[in-house]
Amino acid sequence: MTETLQDQTTGVRADGGGPAPAPVPADRSGTILPRWLRWALGVAAIAVALVLPFNLYPTVAVDIACWALFAVAVDLLLGYTGLMSFGHAAFWGTSAYATGLAAVGWGLPFPLAVLLGALAATLLAVPIGYLAVKRVGIYFAMVTLAFAQMVYYIANQWRSVTGGENGLQQVPRELFGLDLSDEFYYYYAALPLVAGGLFLVWRTVHSPFGRVLVAIRDNPARARALGYPVHRYKLAAFLLSAFTAGLGGGLFAVGHRFVSLDVLHWTTSGKAVIVVVLGGIGTLWGPVLGAAGVIRLEDWLSFAGFEQIGLVTGAVFVTAVLVFRRGLYGTLRHWLRRRS
Amino acid sequence: MVNFLQHTFNGLVGGAFLALLALGLAVIFGMLRVVNFAHGAIYMLGAFGAYVLLTEVGLDFWWALLLMPLLLALFGIAVERLLVARLARLDPLYNFLLTFGLTLILQDAVKSRYGVQSSPYDAPALLSGTVDLGAFDFPAYRVFVLVVALAVCGAVWWLLTRTRIGMVVRAATERPELSTALGIDVGRWVTPVFGFGIGLAGLAGVLAAPIRAVNPLMGADLIIVVFAVVVIGGLGSIFGSVAAGFAIGLVQAWVQALGEHWALLSQVLVFLVMAGVLLWRPAGLFGREEAPA
Repeated sequence: MTETLQDQTTGVRADGGGPAPAPVPADRSGTILPRWLRWALGVAAIAVALVLPFNLYPTVAVDIACWALFAVAVDLLLGYTGLMSFGHAAFWGTSAYATGLAAVGWGLPFPLAVLLGALAATLLAVPIGYLAVKRVGIYFAMVTLAFAQMVYYIANQWRSVTGGENGLQQVPRELFGLDLSDEFYYYYAALPLVAGGLFLVWRTVHSPFGRVLVAIRDNPARARALGYPVHRYKLAAFLLSAFTAGLGGGLFAVGHRFVSLDVLHWTTSGKAVIVVVLGGIGTLWGPVLGAAGVIRLEDWLSFAGFEQIGLVTGAVFVTAVLVFRRGLYGTLRHWLRRRS
Repeated sequence: MVNFLQHTFNGLVGGAFLALLALGLAVIFGMLRVVNFAHGAIYMLGAFGAYVLLTEVGLDFWWALLLMPLLLALFGIAVERLLVARLARLDPLYNFLLTFGLTLILQDAVKSRYGVQSSPYDAPALLSGTVDLGAFDFPAYRVFVLVVALAVCGAVWWLLTRTRIGMVVRAATERPELSTALGIDVGRWVTPVFGFGIGLAGLAGVLAAPIRAVNPLMGADLIIVVFAVVVIGGLGSIFGSVAAGFAIGLVQAWVQALGEHWALLSQVLVFLVMAGVLLWRPAGLFGREEAPA
């Protein structure tokens, strides 16, 4: 089971017979867009990020920013390391609770609480990641899913800390006495942390370390033969991903001033994977777009009074998996490259 | 001692559900390399189907026991032909994602029609009494569940090891290319095996209807426990999956019997065992080592 999820044309069923072919997608060599186009996209993205709360409900804008971090974290593993984590709610949720507890208990400024939360998530990722990277492919997905469920059960039972089904309420939004009670201002206060998290992942992917991750994704046996400790690299990527997801989860908790058990549920893990696939696996920009699209869709559905949101997101997702595997950004990039 | 025997029996009944679900999952995985996330949702549909057959059509438990696995197997065959087969040549993770999407759709479809509250479903009159098992009396229905589960697991084992069909399926599972080269039409067996696995999940669902709460989310958390079970047993090993299902059911019941304070442990136990197995034998207790990665 060495082929990656990226591979759509050369992948063969891993049916036990013979080694899997080296999965090099046909257009990997040309994944880089022209320089001017990349700059234009970057500038456009920053502009959109700066005016987002003017065009949307600020609450929705905050959610999009948090989910963008979460999805990019999942994409770091899925798209660049070839590991599909189906249990990232464990890190998103643990950070949400830890951030909330730090903010409630110690009255810390929210960026500090969020950083503490993300560190707590990273700490949790050490044992989970250590065990999970022993397996690959579908097993990795099942193992992470199972451990996340364990965290969910523990949070559910540990009522004295998490509040159980009542959740953690009245999370303060403290920042040197500034009035952030309006989500509009909170969005801008949170934006530097979001940008920092996104930059962290972007920097990682484009570093020598990131190139090794891609090598491990594409051909783990060769990466090992070249002397790279594959498990350790995977674990490092896992921790980094958990930290980034934790940043998102912490900001989400402060944004909603409330933490419920939902943040740890497996549907949350699944939603993160949905966002990544819809946006485009292994593209970084894609998950950000995917987050905007999915959060916007959900907001619109609930505004329209539609209760069974899973019916729509499920159908959209199934369709995407069947016929739209490049995702939003992947399709856009494919199209731009053909034009340019 | 009597208490202990009673808990053991309860554990076996709980394990029977895990084993039936793990068996279906393992059979499908063996043939298609697909891990069916929707297995829990199918289990839920089995139980809900029994409830709907009773309240809206007027067919009792025995009809449901016959019809629901068949109907769901047909549904599974349709899903395999229309959806799963399209992704067969890609990374198996895509089919995992596909069935995850299906799970969301199925759960919310049932939710939108019947709400989230649990619906009552009575055991059939014939099995409403108790059975004297020497040391203690046991609800007849639970004995029935255990007998059916053991019989089904035994029948599948017999089918796989003692019949020509089973031989072909095993060959196709272990060495698909070689089997094809020897003139066995492997592709022919993919769809029936998928349908069969789905039918098993439906059967587990019908059996669960009288003793578990029938609601749209009854399979949601269970499927994750079953995932842990098959990681413990080794998904490639059908025997391992079934054995792990019964074993986990047993241990859960014993821990539960220790009292209220141990509720959390009985919930997370399966995941702790999974962690231990990953440390000690990453391929699962009965699994074979995969190609290194």
